[in-house]
Amino acid sequence: MSSAVETTPPHSAEAGHWGKEVRSDVHVAFEARGGGGIEIVLESRVAPYFGTAILEQTRQVLDELGVKHARVAIHDEGALPFVIAARIESAARRAGAALGKRSLPEQHPLPPPSQKDRLRRSRLYLPGSEPKYYINASLHAPDAVILDLEDSVHRGEKDAARILVRNTLRAVDFGSCERMVRINQLPLGLEDLAEVVGESPDLILIPKVEEPEQVREADRMIGEIKARHEIIRPIWIMPILESALGIENALAIATASENVAALTIGLEDYTADLGVVKTAEGRESQYARARLVNAAHAAGVQAIDSVFSDVADAQGLRRWAEASRAAGFEGMGCIHPGQIRVIHEGFQPTALEIEKARKIVGAFEEAQNRGLAVVSLGSKMIDPPVVQRALKLMERAKAMGVIS
Amino acid sequence: MSVNERVELAHNAVGRAVPTMVNGKPQIPFLGAGRYQPRGRKAAPAICSNKDYPDSGDKRVADLETALRKCGLRDGMVISNHHHLRDGDKVALMALEAAAGIGVKDLMWFPSASFPSQKNAIELMEKGVIHHIEGSMNGPLGDYCTQGKMRGMGVLRSHGGRYQAIQDGEVHVDVAVIAAPTADFFGNADGSHGKSACGSLGFALADSIYADRVIVVTDNLVPFPCVPWQIQGNNVDFVVEVESIGDPAKIVSGTTQITRSPDRLRIAEMVAQFLRSAGIMRNGFSFQAGAGGIALAFVEYLKQMMKEDGVKARFVRGGSTKFLVELLQEGLTDYILDGQTFDLDGVKSIASDPRHVATSPFTSYNYHGKGNFASLVDAVVLGATEVDVNFNANVVTHSDGRLLHGIGGWQNCLFAGCTILALPSFRDRIPVIVDEVTTMTGPGEMIDVVVTERGIAINPRRADLLDAVKGSKLPVRPIQDIKAEVEKICGKPARPKLGDRPCAVVKWVDGTVLDTVWQVS
Repeated sequence: MSSAVETTPPHSAEAGHWGKEVRSDVHVAFEARGGGGIEIVLESRVAPYFGTAILEQTRQVLDELGVKHARVAIHDEGALPFVIAARIESAARRAGAALGKRSLPEQHPLPPPSQKDRLRRSRLYLPGSEPKYYINASLHAPDAVILDLEDSVHRGEKDAARILVRNTLRAVDFGSCERMVRINQLPLGLEDLAEVVGESPDLILIPKVEEPEQVREADRMIGEIKARHEIIRPIWIMPILESALGIENALAIATASENVAALTIGLEDYTADLGVVKTAEGRESQYARARLVNAAHAAGVQAIDSVFSDVADAQGLRRWAEASRAAGFEGMGCIHPGQIRVIHEGFQPTALEIEKARKIVGAFEEAQNRGLAVVSLGSKMIDPPVVQRALKLMERAKAMGVIS
Repeated sequence: MSVNERVELAHNAVGRAVPTMVNGKPQIPFLGAGRYQPRGRKAAPAICSNKDYPDSGDKRVADLETALRKCGLRDGMVISNHHHLRDGDKVALMALEAAAGIGVKDLMWFPSASFPSQKNAIELMEKGVIHHIEGSMNGPLGDYCTQGKMRGMGVLRSHGGRYQAIQDGEVHVDVAVIAAPTADFFGNADGSHGKSACGSLGFALADSIYADRVIVVTDNLVPFPCVPWQIQGNNVDFVVEVESIGDPAKIVSGTTQITRSPDRLRIAEMVAQFLRSAGIMRNGFSFQAGAGGIALAFVEYLKQMMKEDGVKARFVRGGSTKFLVELLQEGLTDYILDGQTFDLDGVKSIASDPRHVATSPFTSYNYHGKGNFASLVDAVVLGATEVDVNFNANVVTHSDGRLLHGIGGWQNCLFAGCTILALPSFRDRIPVIVDEVTTMTGPGEMIDVVVTERGIAINPRRADLLDAVKGSKLPVRPIQDIKAEVEKICGKPARPKLGDRPCAVVKWVDGTVLDTVWQVS
């Protein structure tokens, strides 16, 4: 047996970024001290305007973290207060200080709770370590923003990204966007949940789900944290299926919890798992996509498509989105704001579909008014599922702003 | 000690404290747009006689030093340059160093704009060769000025204001040194050909007409006649041939880049949508947009909308770039009226397409004329560093008072039918909409629309524009609303403390003093 090494936490550590190319971030070098109080060294490109405010905020954050003695060197590139707080907290924790303590930024009022079957045409990916993209994300009007802790965050930055995403959920106004978080694969993802669930994200994406138990495990943890924080609004789950096994278990995964609102697919990992090449047409994933759509609909949840990775190819994206809608998906991911409008157009019902649905809904309402059990249009009888679909299409079209 | 040690101040029509005396000359405080109408006659150059010039037409001399000597350059004179070669220019410093070489002191350097690559002018000020600069200053030169190190006061003028100052005799140029990408020995000069081609030479026009002595410096001497000639040899005293007048890579950009920032693209698209919704984008209309990232993207969005609606412009005003050239080539505008040429496509077009016309500050911007083109333009899209809740805007200083930009054609463009500032609502946590601008560069009465990524603010004075876009889907909001939203995100910035010693003044297009740039501590 190897000899046990007593590990003492480091006394100094850093967090965040600075440099000429860095915008809206801050670098914090934290050095724990045995005495002498707090010493702050500040360099900021906005010093004439916010120097005093940053110093004040730093003292307040350190106080909340219970840090009494430290030297804190701050190199600020115009970071907003919720970013500054996150970076100081990360550096302090990395240095072994402030354990078990948090410094939360001012709370922006929460948006209304998210509906299980709300519109989810587009979700805009925001890397969990790039704060410059957060503030204006909602202006581009995706249906959702997704703060990503998984692939876009370097392994060594997971801890800092978690804290930044937590502060972002709390402080940033995302307008009417659904606020999603993609956690890491379990079990690492459980640590993400511990940090972010308290700030009431609307939906959690769990990557690489293969078994229903994984959903249940995350769901249990979300439930516990919600109870502890007295959160009653829903936090939905969207499992990401990105392996052959995950696809085969799609129905069991979709029905693993009442809180599963949608299933989505990750094509990069799925094609890797199959050992096939991922193509632009996506023939190699036809089965997986169809299976996922079928399972989702069987479970009464949404089927959501992957991302389209060529940002410059708007026409290809449009074709993909239209095909995706035709196959039964209700939305997809976007990796650039420029994709949002194209995706929304692609997932929009056609004028012909709307017209047909309008007639069916009209016939249904007339039957209701006249107390008839059977809905008919002209000489044709309309089945109840058809009526339901028409009603849903009209409601969606209204939510999309296609009809008033 | 400095001449601006003790300065009397007066409050002008927009409430700004401005010096009543600048570099020994009495000043008129800004009286309000269109209020100051001087009488009298323009400045006139001295009568010359052909007898003093060679019948052969050959005005070449060996080098700049010889030319300056022959021009009689003396202590305290005014020497001028144009900035069409932008950051690639070598001629201005060449001329100033030649002046130093012949032992001249206390010159006033009067460039149409200065660039960071000319920072050696600081050394020449330290040595006493240059007394002070009247012209845009930024980067190291700007800091030198705002730190109060310059012996005289800086004077910032618009392109039109510079023409006006020369024409009205407010500034008398003793020797103009004009960099010319192509010239003949007689002094005819052109900007659109040669290895250092820059397109138009309009900024040098006033200097060539009104200066006592004019030197043309070229690295592409062609046999007489140099055709076309933008500068007439009949105004030129000497021609100097040099190896190189500038660094072509820095004179024009190979390709001008559209912004990639999603937020800036959103601003650009909103500006185009505004023009469309307000009915400004209609057959036969005209517009001007600069070469900044947002302005270029705006042209692309507008072009798409023009195609969709089957609309053509009669003319567009440059700063020309590939994007304006494409409009011309695709038949979406009849003409480009070009004040300066920013990229290789622009240079190629102005040299070969008769519908791409070089203009000057006289035709486009001079306020003391019988009209100018600027007020004929239907809409102009501009930038700014700050705009306040009364739509006053600042383009010359950072919010901390340091000099950042020259005025360029910005003030002159405010006379367009619809003046639009296209701005991100904050930069690096610094809100762009403020209570009061640091340096007033344009009065709010002339600024109609502010477009940010968070919404469009229309000046309440423009009820017609408010009406025109009523019922559209555009996010039109009061400017105070946008300001409040941004301050909620960024926090309210502290106001940097400015000094109480003037180090430069901002002139309005009529030569009156609009504001003061104060020394920064």
